[in-house]
Amino acid sequence: MPESLTKFIFGRLTLESLPLHEPIVVVTFVVVALGGLAVLGAVTYFKLWGYLWREWFTSVDHKKIGIMYMALGLVMLLRGFSDAIMMRLQQAIAFNGSEGYLNAHHYDQIFTAHGVIMIFFVAMPFVTGLMNFVVPLQIGARDVSFPFLNNFSFWMTVGGAILVMASLFVGEFARTGWLAYPPLSGINYSPDVGVDYYIWALQVAGVGTTLSGINLICTIIKMRAPGMTMMRMPVFTWTSLCTNVLIVASFPVLTAVLTLLALDRYVGTNFFTNDFGGNPMMYVNLIWIWGHPEVYILILPLFGVFSEVTSTFSGKRLFGYTSMVYATIVITILSYLVWLHHFFTMGSGASVNSFFGITTMIISIPTGAKIFNWLFTMYRGRIRFELPMMWTVAFMLTFVVGGMTGVLLAVPPADFVLHNSLFLIAHFHNVIIGGVLFGLFAGIAYWWPKAFGFKLDPFWGKVSFWCWVLGFWLAFMPLYILGLMGVTRRMRVFDDPSLQIWFVIAAFGAVLIACGIAAFLVQIFVSIRKRKALADHTGDPWDGRTLEWSTSSPPPAYNFAFTPVIRDNDAWFDMKKAGYRRPLSGFKPIHMPSNTGTGVVLAVFSVALGFGLIWYIWWLAALSFVCLIATAIGHTFNYHRDFDISAAEVTQTEEARTTLLAAQG
Amino acid sequence: MRRSGALLLFPLAVLLSGCDLVVLAPAGDVAAQQRDLLVVSTLLMLIIILPVMALTVLFAWRYRQSSTTAIYTPDWDHSTKLELVIWAAPLLVIICLGALTWLGSHLLDPYRRIDRIEPGQPVTQNHKPLRVDVVALDWKWLFIYPDYGIASVNELAAPINQPIDFRITSSTVMNSFYIPALAGQIYAMPAMETKLHAVINRPGTYSGFSANYSGAGFSGMRFAFHGLSDQAFGEWVTQTKGAQATLSRETYLELERPSENEPVRHYASVDPDLYGAILNLCVERGKMCMNEMMSIDAKGGLGLAGVRNTLPLQYDKLARRGAVFGNDPSYVASICTAEEAAAASRSARDAGAKYWPMRDLSPLRGAGLSPGAGSRRADAGTPSLGLLRFEL
Repeated sequence: MPESLTKFIFGRLTLESLPLHEPIVVVTFVVVALGGLAVLGAVTYFKLWGYLWREWFTSVDHKKIGIMYMALGLVMLLRGFSDAIMMRLQQAIAFNGSEGYLNAHHYDQIFTAHGVIMIFFVAMPFVTGLMNFVVPLQIGARDVSFPFLNNFSFWMTVGGAILVMASLFVGEFARTGWLAYPPLSGINYSPDVGVDYYIWALQVAGVGTTLSGINLICTIIKMRAPGMTMMRMPVFTWTSLCTNVLIVASFPVLTAVLTLLALDRYVGTNFFTNDFGGNPMMYVNLIWIWGHPEVYILILPLFGVFSEVTSTFSGKRLFGYTSMVYATIVITILSYLVWLHHFFTMGSGASVNSFFGITTMIISIPTGAKIFNWLFTMYRGRIRFELPMMWTVAFMLTFVVGGMTGVLLAVPPADFVLHNSLFLIAHFHNVIIGGVLFGLFAGIAYWWPKAFGFKLDPFWGKVSFWCWVLGFWLAFMPLYILGLMGVTRRMRVFDDPSLQIWFVIAAFGAVLIACGIAAFLVQIFVSIRKRKALADHTGDPWDGRTLEWSTSSPPPAYNFAFTPVIRDNDAWFDMKKAGYRRPLSGFKPIHMPSNTGTGVVLAVFSVALGFGLIWYIWWLAALSFVCLIATAIGHTFNYHRDFDISAAEVTQTEEARTTLLAAQG
Repeated sequence: MRRSGALLLFPLAVLLSGCDLVVLAPAGDVAAQQRDLLVVSTLLMLIIILPVMALTVLFAWRYRQSSTTAIYTPDWDHSTKLELVIWAAPLLVIICLGALTWLGSHLLDPYRRIDRIEPGQPVTQNHKPLRVDVVALDWKWLFIYPDYGIASVNELAAPINQPIDFRITSSTVMNSFYIPALAGQIYAMPAMETKLHAVINRPGTYSGFSANYSGAGFSGMRFAFHGLSDQAFGEWVTQTKGAQATLSRETYLELERPSENEPVRHYASVDPDLYGAILNLCVERGKMCMNEMMSIDAKGGLGLAGVRNTLPLQYDKLARRGAVFGNDPSYVASICTAEEAAAASRSARDAGAKYWPMRDLSPLRGAGLSPGAGSRRADAGTPSLGLLRFEL
């Protein structure tokens, strides 16, 4: 084949692009490929393709989409954590002239991938999944405002994840750090495909995130059950609303800044280049104008989870609901006024630095108020230490330390000595693991029975809990100390042998966390095996207070046979107290959205478009772009968008539940 | 109980005694003040953090379900007094911390000349600052001493108890210039200049490095910083002046090429215009300096004719330069020679010094109070593109 034809067909993709010379990657590929084949084989053997396609992939049911988001987050957590443990091992052994076992080319991809995956493809899907599942149930809605858009958003997120995963085996990932600062990420200093993978993976996933944000805002604003005024919304719904406002306001900035970087790399503009009037600092500003709200996007919904959990398991109304809501709103607004604290050290003047330092500190006031409110919810409560509550207490003890070191880093002169150090790494893992992850585990343990109709096994949950909590402290406290010893982040080899002991301790911490993840997987497996014993037929296993506990577990496709009417916050608790009786007759047909495969198709074309752009396969990019637009237009002619669940079917479902409840006594 | 607690802490104490917490025990006055701020801030925050942690454990234990004596008030969810405390206590701490931040940020602004050598010893006219121009290269550090006309790679020396004025830039990508024992870090960025003012108080050898990831050779981008007595520093200068190598534009372009784990090098003499040329991205002869380009643009530019004023790029640093759909790699051709450009830069700088008003960078101390001593010679200006201020 002539060279020009090969180049036309494959762009810059050649056999050399496959990392066959990296034995670690090859072994990983073999393991992943075997595992993947086993899963695909099993799905085929058990003839599950049709079921998966009909009931899950094409589903527009917010509950199923929420669960799929969680599954995506879990799979990507395993990938992101593999990167973490590889880094910990490298840093634990690369002393005394040893180069460790990772070369710079591989190691630099690993820390970049770890950051990108953990934020965009672990934390974001987990958080979005939780909001997707819980919010419509909490506000008494039957689905989100735009069910198809919801399915499309999910598949775009998957598309981004697929591109990141592809970079492991086809080509390479960015070697720039997770925010890809130019000029390093510009075409001159990163001419390879890594940064292009980064750009297009985030662009594809970013579409999903933005649209899902719009969707949930509309849902919360427009679809609340009658009587649920804004100030009667559950706190989790409130924090979800604020998070989605943040998403909608900040993700377009990310899209824009990545587009500018892509233009620099593809058509030779000079937005962020050194030469020709470009300025990389504009990128740094823009990416952090997205990046700082992003951390609140992650943590706010979990603040909601902790509020629900504390109130439920203390058997008390949430202390200071109003101040909780206003604290959330204040955090939402302030999160836009602090971005510069990520680069105090880039030479901003003292006044600018102090302004952003002080706005950052001010955020700790509403955050502190929230902690106090949880404390006083526990005060004079009757606390049941089930798993979600254990995670909450661990969160409160861990997160305050992370919050304190965060405020410390907001003092510019202190930041000058700690910026980019391992102290900073310890700080943000302290808040992201101690806040976001602990919250997610609390949320998963809390809502799992709602999603599947049986509780999670408490024994393995506790094993996971202790491994995670102790593992976290063991893995990250040494990093605080190393930061004070002046050790900076992203180092591959070290020459000071006195540091090694701390890295070894941190590596043991990471192993403990690995046990925590393993125990979590075992917990899920064991719980499914023991689902009969762990079953909950009441739909309200925790004596819950919000509306999602009023329906069955798992809820029917339509969530609520009759839309509930709300008179108080803690709506379900109020209904229980007022002697609420389930309606047993008079069911009407329920209007529901139809499933559609368009979301999957659009995401497939988006991935192909991204892949074509990454590898300069222009025919593929052009073709998939045309197909993308054509499919989107074509879908507007799809008139089979909805159907009615007949009254008979609703009656049948509800009667089945009546029987179950009666059997409970 | 208490003894077992101490036993548990013992290994930690042993571990900590073996390590050098340089950030908490620096050898330079600026870093020491930054450390003080760090410690005071931590103590301030512990006023809130410790009670919260204690209350969490206390409430979690006291109000556990199995407790038979604890009071249970399921509907109690509001107390104005408590709310007031909840919001006011953190607010008060943040007000203190905010004031501290404002003062500290201004006093310890890296752009501001230092006003004391160490506590109780103000900077006087007798303290002539040592000027050092720092260039972050792929992946090594170049230090130019304009006062002595010498340069070194991956080794920095300074006399103790004497102010050091750093001007910092980078040749390609972002790095961060950081010597923990001396002072906080500041980024080194291409075509931009940042500044750092510091002093080292104790003789010794300290480690310095890049604190911002900059590519494959980043881990090896370390250098030794020697704090020397006046005499020893004099010897170091003499020794450096005795080196074989000199640093011209041509040898710089050789040095600039990416390399890892570079050994220490000394240069007996340095082209005096080199640093300005690096900052303005015009070390290659025939390439238009950024400041030249900007002053042409400020006067209206070269018009359409200027579009054609480019030359193909000859030196390719990496495998491929330029975007796939972009123009062929090129640079803007200089209108004058490198020497003329450098001379113009110098005269513009001298003229600028006359006409551009000095900025008062003294910390805000309130009306009617005399400004801080550091403002006397403050001429640093607010941060901006280094090249904008450098010579326009």
